[in-house]
Amino acid sequence: MLTTKMIISRGLMTNDRQRARIKPNLGGYRVIDFEYAAPTELDEAIRKLAAAGDSGRVLAGGTDIIVQLREGLRSADLVVDVKKIPGLTQLELSGEQGLHLGASVSCRQIYDDQNIAAAYPGLADAVRIIGGWQIQNRASVGGNLCNSSPAADAIPPLIAYGAQAQIAGPNGQRVVPVEEFCTGPGRNILQQGELLVALTLPSQPSGAGSAYQRFIPRNEMDIAVAGAASWVHMDKTGERIEQARIALSAVAPTPVFAAEASEWLQGQVASEEVFAEAGELAKRVATPIDDMRGTAEYRTHLVGVLTKRTLATACERARK
Amino acid sequence: MKTHVTTTINRATVEFLCQPRQSLLEVLRDELSLTGCKEGCNNGNCGACTVMLDGLPVDSCLVLAVEAEGAVIETVEGIAKQGHLHPLQQCFLEGAALQCGICTPGFLVTAKALLEKNPQPSEQEIRFGLAGNLCRCTGYDKIVRAVQATSKASPES
Repeated sequence: MLTTKMIISRGLMTNDRQRARIKPNLGGYRVIDFEYAAPTELDEAIRKLAAAGDSGRVLAGGTDIIVQLREGLRSADLVVDVKKIPGLTQLELSGEQGLHLGASVSCRQIYDDQNIAAAYPGLADAVRIIGGWQIQNRASVGGNLCNSSPAADAIPPLIAYGAQAQIAGPNGQRVVPVEEFCTGPGRNILQQGELLVALTLPSQPSGAGSAYQRFIPRNEMDIAVAGAASWVHMDKTGERIEQARIALSAVAPTPVFAAEASEWLQGQVASEEVFAEAGELAKRVATPIDDMRGTAEYRTHLVGVLTKRTLATACERARK
Repeated sequence: MKTHVTTTINRATVEFLCQPRQSLLEVLRDELSLTGCKEGCNNGNCGACTVMLDGLPVDSCLVLAVEAEGAVIETVEGIAKQGHLHPLQQCFLEGAALQCGICTPGFLVTAKALLEKNPQPSEQEIRFGLAGNLCRCTGYDKIVRAVQATSKASPES
């Protein structure tokens, strides 16, 4: 029931909001009107996005795009909610096929599935530290990739697993390795009308292990100063590394695959010295900037430390 | 053009009209007078706007109201039943686990969900679970102790 006092207080609040919106510099608000569609078929989503051209935006968890629309960093005439399209909501682990990770599957769905978290521990590490619980209940790994932040936590593990991005658009489907997906801060290879349908991660043989770590000055809820993911496949003795893949975040315009360090690890016997040497090699692909989160020098140092630590954890997990 | 949305809020069927650009937080507060959920940062950092959406805590500032079609929502207003405070609310009250109070509704919604998922959390689990809620008065210790007190008083202990 509304009382006079409530009506007055609500009226004042509405006026405050309107004032804030007229002065975006003061309130951070802008009136943004757009149309909303929640198609249940992939074809319909592609048609709508293609028709909207560069003013169409995809909405999965919304934790980046809603803020960007509100703050005027991106604009939209049409927002297409993809959470009702079957292929995009599918999360399925199979022994032979690996992991089908629909583009709109939330972080929480991944770590809540014990089989998936056990099979892909590096991915589980990342989705457990993206935002807080409220964010993890909405934010998707697909959205983390499409937002294409250089500091994205979920992208390095995807690259380390050799994940493939399944893309659909007006001209059909295509598959792109995740390390080729991002092209710059906030930019990627998606063309108008295209959307990410799913990520596919190869099935994990016994002897495989992975880990992701980032450095932040707080305990939680922060953006990586630098991050590293390592994936290893060890021989039956658990001593020699047969294959390795290392990927880094927040040290280049996009998350990067550290090819040289990864190749050098092939055939090496796992040890602290070997992990440290791989860390030194990984530093070569780091081209960080100085900003409020850290200096380029510090970030490069962190690449060495985080590569070493994630390799050690990945090898330990591989032996279990 | 306004969209018609049907939801269940605090166990009652609620229908509302909204613009696609309106967040669930805006509609809860401005259209439905559920002003318990607060607007702090409006960008997903502070958790003052936390509500339960289909059984999971979410930042209502990061959900479009149109996305709530068919959803089951619980706000802080739905936590007390038949005029009786929930044990968590009672523990917040008795432990003075608030200073200015703006963050309290968000903390209550998240902490209640945390205790339902994990009735006997460790201090670290409580702090990790509540990481998405910020208290600008920095009264975290009393908040954590109130959650611990609720967990100790629950029948599972």
